[in-house]
Amino acid sequence: MSKVMKKVKTIKIDLEKCNGCRACELICSAYHAEPKYSSNNPARSRIRMIREPLQDVYLPVYAGEYTPAECMGRDKYVIDGKEYEECAFCRASCPSRDAFKEPDSGLPLKCDMCEDEEVPLCVKWCIHDALTYEEREEEVEEEVMVEEIETGLKSLVDKYGFENLVDTVARLSQKEK
Amino acid sequence: MRYAETGYNLEIDLSSGNIERVESDPGLTELYLGGLGTNAKLLWDRVPPETEPFSPDNLLIFSAGLLCGTPAPGANRTIISTYSPQTLFMAFSMMGGFFAPELKYAGYDKVIFRGKSPELVYVWINNDKVELRDASHLQGKGAVETETLIRQELGDPNVQVAAIGLAGENRVYMASIEHGRSSASRLGIGAVMGDKKIKAIAVRGTKDLNIARPAEFMEICNEVMEYIPERDGNPVPGVMPILAGLGSPKEMLIHDEKWHTENFMWGNARTRQKNYWTKDVEEKWKETQESVRTRLISCYNCPMKCGAIVSVPGISRYMMKCFSKLTYTMAAYSDLDFGFRIAQRATEYGVDGFSMPQVMAFALELYEAGILTDDDFPGMPSDNEGRFYWLLDRIVRREGIGDVLADGVYWAARKIGNGAEEYDHNTIKKHEQLPLKLSMLNPIYFLMWATGEKINITQIEGNFPQAPFPTMEEKEAFVKDWIHVPDEKFKDYFLKWELRGENSFPYYPTPEATCDIVDWQETMHYIDDSLGMCAGLSSFPLKPPYHIHNFPKLISAATGIDIDKDELWKIAKRNRTLIRAINVRKGLRRADDKPPENHWKKRFPELEEQLLNAYYNLKGFNEDGVPTKESLHDLNMDYISEDFEKRGILKDEQSDEES
Ligand code: SF4
Ligand code: SF4
Ligand code: SF4
Repeated sequence: MSKVMKKVKTIKIDLEKCNGCRACELICSAYHAEPKYSSNNPARSRIRMIREPLQDVYLPVYAGEYTPAECMGRDKYVIDGKEYEECAFCRASCPSRDAFKEPDSGLPLKCDMCEDEEVPLCVKWCIHDALTYEEREEEVEEEVMVEEIETGLKSLVDKYGFENLVDTVARLSQKEK
Repeated sequence: MRYAETGYNLEIDLSSGNIERVESDPGLTELYLGGLGTNAKLLWDRVPPETEPFSPDNLLIFSAGLLCGTPAPGANRTIISTYSPQTLFMAFSMMGGFFAPELKYAGYDKVIFRGKSPELVYVWINNDKVELRDASHLQGKGAVETETLIRQELGDPNVQVAAIGLAGENRVYMASIEHGRSSASRLGIGAVMGDKKIKAIAVRGTKDLNIARPAEFMEICNEVMEYIPERDGNPVPGVMPILAGLGSPKEMLIHDEKWHTENFMWGNARTRQKNYWTKDVEEKWKETQESVRTRLISCYNCPMKCGAIVSVPGISRYMMKCFSKLTYTMAAYSDLDFGFRIAQRATEYGVDGFSMPQVMAFALELYEAGILTDDDFPGMPSDNEGRFYWLLDRIVRREGIGDVLADGVYWAARKIGNGAEEYDHNTIKKHEQLPLKLSMLNPIYFLMWATGEKINITQIEGNFPQAPFPTMEEKEAFVKDWIHVPDEKFKDYFLKWELRGENSFPYYPTPEATCDIVDWQETMHYIDDSLGMCAGLSSFPLKPPYHIHNFPKLISAATGIDIDKDELWKIAKRNRTLIRAINVRKGLRRADDKPPENHWKKRFPELEEQLLNAYYNLKGFNEDGVPTKESLHDLNMDYISEDFEKRGILKDEQSDEES
């Protein structure tokens, strides 16, 4: 069982410090424009400010994975008496909502932690530290990965049957080539 | 491709319901930038001076500034322009918040309204889809409430809404346009919106806004972002706290109100309470403010936190900025708790926090003087605070005496007569001013109060310190990193300026130096108002992140139009002159350029005339305050002198010698 080092990038979000300026959204969209900073459009941002000033709701959420299917149900959080919108804390680009999709094409958006930058742009432009960046190294066992795959596959086998699954994998690998 | 601007305006004819997307002339951007500048050009071209403010032919223009929607921090102003029902001159008022950038992302620089809708409507701008929607269910609703209702109705929390309350619907001259924590309050533009029967404008945009030379542009934006915390963390010593840092006055953050409460006038700009700020008051007010202030908040893409969410127990939440927490308090001789409470109702009604309290205090003065009687105030409570609520409710509904007062102090005084005119002592060009009464004439402020087209001192004053520093050491320390001056001579003006003796008020700064100082401050405001830049990061504070030396680079990189310092200065002068010309065509002359009679106890008529002459001379106006043919020619505005000659405002032969 071999061990590997993995870089973990974390953005800590302190809701109390957010002033709702949306600089994070704006600068993310500008940074990811082609060429860089050539256009601005917060709707293309990979961070999304959920802002309900009169409810005192200020919640920056980062775009996570794309999901082809929505959840079976929706969640709704109430924290300290503040009601957050449906699925507010979810990071998925999901068919149930417009968030984290390119406005024209509908293609999913995902935060890439501003790959080439030392500090993510949204963090840099949030000068009140509602967003702060931390990096750390973590030792992980490769084994974990295998285990994860096994669990995942098992659930798929349960759902679709072994044959179907093998067929699909074969078809996918065909496409990859 | 157009850069920084979208290149399109939305033209909405409310009478016919016709909506068009019209490409704008890029040549106008080079001459007037955008925002206020191009608004003024539209008013000049399309609304003749004979047009009444409440005529369907009057335009109401909502414009994003040229840099709104770009990453330039603080570029978020919406500039709203029309003809004022109160002053009968051009009205322009700015609001911060999130509206202007959203409009740009929807693909428009301006929304231009003409005509009048037969029924109350709201406008829904969703990128290319624009519609007029029935607003009958919103009639009489509060401005803040309306924003929430519309957002719910449209089912999108990112929709930005600007709305009027009852005051605008009833064409009250103090009516504002409210938008979240911001508002465009001055000069009665909310009344024009109500007259056109627009309850609100809702906008949502998801399009790209382009930058011409991104790397160059971001370099300055990054410098600004780095400078802001550095500058704000190092307040300028020797000036009052609200002027020491950046942003608009941080009234929501700061508790210490010694300066305002002891220097500004209470009631109808009447009484100064010199020892008001006691320990007890301080503690009580601090407690009040901390108990109601929920969070400090910003406008779009700005790290300053000039506004706040205010939650007073028992009444619905609202947002506040700046000075309105004190205007009602001081007009009613009350306390901060009252100020926060009544401001909630006033915000829902949508009224100007400067003018409204003064109108009410004015009415109560007339009542005490016996000019208005019990018959005018049927059922008014006997306590001062109760009376303010009572009056506020009547004025926004135009009920009884409220109908008279709804036109503001100037017009109400003339309608009431019987000596009421005497009590109209704090208006300029028919518009209520800050409640300030001082002793020694200040030549700089004399010119700014007298000549400002905005008719509001906070929109003219700015980059030059308001008072001399006591010692040479302090002065030298101040000028050391004063890179913002357009010319080294400003440092000299400041270094020589003293509290007492020969180089003090009223004869120092000299008329020439005074004009330069006013010119600089005014120029910066005109640049901001065209770019949609918040004055709080530029023309208002000392040593701001934006100034005459980095603006040209920023604008050039954003738009791709190369503009240097001199050219930018010239554009600002052009815009300033254009607005003067619009007002001249509406009848403005030298006689109108004056501060309230009692603003200073010690006045110097001869010096004041001299100051005015010098200012007109520098601005290229003749001695009647009318732009001359030569200066209009230099500013590429021959179309104005042609019009002036046709109207007999300028005579052909005379104009040659004026400047
Ligand atoms: S930049 Fe920071 S303060 Fe501004 S909205 Fe984003 S998280 Fe909030
Ligand atoms: S880390 Fe980078 S990609 Fe992710 S949201 Fe922030 S700016 Fe966008
Ligand atoms: S400085 Fe204040 S008022 Fe100006 S944009 Fe920033 S938050 Fe708004």
